[in-house]
Amino acid sequence: MIKDIAHSISLLVANRPGVLVRIALVFSRRGYNIDSLVVSPTLDPNFSRMNIIAHGNPEILMQIIKQLEKLVDVVQAKDHTGTDAVEKELALIKVRCTPDQRTEILQLCDHFHANTVDMTATSMIIQITGNSQKVDTLKSLLQKFEIVEYIRTGKVIMLRGEDKT
Amino acid sequence: MANKTLSGAEVIIECLKREGIDTIFGYPGGSAIPMFDAILDSNIKVVLSRHEQGATHMADGYARQTGKVGVALVTSGPGATNTFTGIYTALMDSSPIVVLAAQTTTPNLGKDAFQECDTSGMTFAAVKHSYLVKDSNDLPRVMKEAFHIARTGRPGPVLIDLPKDVTAGPCTAPFTDQMDLPGYKIPTYASTESVEKAAEFLKNSKKPLLLVGHGAMISGASRQVRELAEKLNAPVCCTMLGLGAFPVDHELSLGMLGMHGTIYANKAVLDCDLILSIGSRWDDRITGKLEVFCKDAIKMHIDIDPAEEGKVLQPDVFMCGDAKLVLEQLLPMVHKLDTADWVKTCQTWKKRFPLTYPKQGGLRMQHVIATASKLTDGKAIVTTDVGQHQMWVAQFFHINYPRQLHSSGGAGTMGFGFPAAIGAAFGNETGWPVLSFSGDGGFQMTEAELATAAIHKLPIKIFVMDNKYLGMVRQWQELFYDHRYSSVDMMGNPDFVKLAEAYGIPGLRIKRAADAERVIQKALEYNEGPILIHCECEKEDNVFPMIPAGAPLTAMITEPPKAQLEKPTGST
Ligand SMILES: Cc1ncc(C[n+]2csc(CCOP(=O)(O)OP(=O)(O)O)c2C)c(N)n1
Ligand SMILES: [Mg+2]
Repeated sequence: MIKDIAHSISLLVANRPGVLVRIALVFSRRGYNIDSLVVSPTLDPNFSRMNIIAHGNPEILMQIIKQLEKLVDVVQAKDHTGTDAVEKELALIKVRCTPDQRTEILQLCDHFHANTVDMTATSMIIQITGNSQKVDTLKSLLQKFEIVEYIRTGKVIMLRGEDKT
Repeated sequence: MANKTLSGAEVIIECLKREGIDTIFGYPGGSAIPMFDAILDSNIKVVLSRHEQGATHMADGYARQTGKVGVALVTSGPGATNTFTGIYTALMDSSPIVVLAAQTTTPNLGKDAFQECDTSGMTFAAVKHSYLVKDSNDLPRVMKEAFHIARTGRPGPVLIDLPKDVTAGPCTAPFTDQMDLPGYKIPTYASTESVEKAAEFLKNSKKPLLLVGHGAMISGASRQVRELAEKLNAPVCCTMLGLGAFPVDHELSLGMLGMHGTIYANKAVLDCDLILSIGSRWDDRITGKLEVFCKDAIKMHIDIDPAEEGKVLQPDVFMCGDAKLVLEQLLPMVHKLDTADWVKTCQTWKKRFPLTYPKQGGLRMQHVIATASKLTDGKAIVTTDVGQHQMWVAQFFHINYPRQLHSSGGAGTMGFGFPAAIGAAFGNETGWPVLSFSGDGGFQMTEAELATAAIHKLPIKIFVMDNKYLGMVRQWQELFYDHRYSSVDMMGNPDFVKLAEAYGIPGLRIKRAADAERVIQKALEYNEGPILIHCECEKEDNVFPMIPAGAPLTAMITEPPKAQLEKPTGST
């Protein structure tokens, strides 16, 4: 059996109401889930860029990408899986901690170039950016303390060099 | 020209005129009144249906007949939801329709106002594209785009959701040919590389087979299909919706393939060394068990829709483009093949395994259909509903011309056939009669349109093929479910002749095979509008050949089986 892997899909879409639903339907009609989704305006306000991470059978995902490309409002759909595009995400991690735990946490943050963006007597919010693995690793190290809340943006993708994504 | 005094509704009607629309199908309601009002001052004919599903199928039938865009105009809420089956049917068969659906006013959107319905939200999955228009000034562009999208590329349904204040309010934007569709691409020619590769594969083929689908018809490629078949000397089979894109009476024709296709077409599929699909999408009804379908044959595929590549099976060559243009690319690259033996084999199969039906027992639908085909010399526009009679029309009516047969293929929508015949009759320029074949079950789903046919005195011969059963389902229950009939008995059927008469339509009846010719002749000679022919048929007849759903083509059943069969593994 072919193994499911995470695919990084980048879409250039016309900035119109309904476009997100049309895109979501291409996944949901097959019972496929979208793991993460980032929507952002492009330099041209008439268009938006969407980055989607989805798991699944590679053949089916290839079909999904073709069906996305077929949507009238989708200008371009590309799979960046396995290419060396820059892929980054940002996470906020809220940790419950006593003052004497802070030093250890700050040391960890330092190592991962993460920042503290909020601090109270009993908690901290840590902000980390980077590739998904890096975010995963910091999160698992912080699990030693009590993670109260955690959110990530989902991957943003950009091709290296002068080529457009 | 600034059309400053026009209302949104007037602009919509003017846009219809500019698109060359002279007939639309519809049903009014509160929020649609501005459009129904504006249309009074135009010379566009509005055909008032008896149900919005009917109006949508009429628009679809009109589109299939003419190749032009069919238009349905309905009110908000339930009016719009009633079009859903019709929109989905058009999507599945790539039929170009535009549905103008009225809506509550824009300030009322999202407030559960009377007859508010998230029409565009509910139909996203069933349209090629759709619009919710919130500003009257967008109307000229939206109308232009909607027709363009419906008609071009792989055609399909486009819905426009039209709030009442948008149609009632003023539109000051000028009419335009400008469109804003940066994501919409229409393939034309295929890459030279792919066509060269296809020509190379053809060169080495000893047993080629052309598989012709609806795409060939839509693209108007029947002349090119024929040229290719004759130039190569290759046999041709058609999908149900492809019937007519290649004449069934041509000596290279093997008729329809698939679940209820001819034995010889399916034998050819099993034995060919190369299969070239021209605008067909390898539907499960034709491939049967996919893993073994044409396992050792080269598979080549022409389709205008890039997303068809590899959707069902991975072809050796995919030529993305308009069937007609791609065939024109391919034709000069190919030569006559050494296929004399292969063609002879196919022709031997054709002689040895012809389509037949039992002559004993009660009236056979096959007999009615074959007789109608004979008496019209195959020169008729034919529509079908869904079920056993549909398969028998595909088998026994000689379909030799493009756009001659209209049937709900992808969706299999019962209730489609009769309203589609009405739509086709409005677009029919052949001078041929329109023959509408429906089962007793499906006819009752949209029979209210008898009124529509009567009012417009449409020359439709309405055949109600009455076996007093939901025949196709009954056949499955008989063959695969141990004769356990569940909810297939159509007890309570009306007397269809009386029903027709209640609408002022004359009715005829056929009960015995011996009467078929005389009665059908009489119906064909009737010139004053629609006429209904109630055919009281053998109740428990079965359609053969049959390949059980999901089974390989080798599992074809050609005559009534002696023993109970395994339940099919495929869907429907
Ligand atoms: C709207 C709809 N409902 C249900 C079905 C499932 N179905 C397929 S064929 C069939 C039986 C059709 O019976 P009838 O119209 O009498 O035609 P026959 O098969 O008897 O010729 C049914 C119920 C369908 N195709 N469409
Ligand atoms: Mg029936």
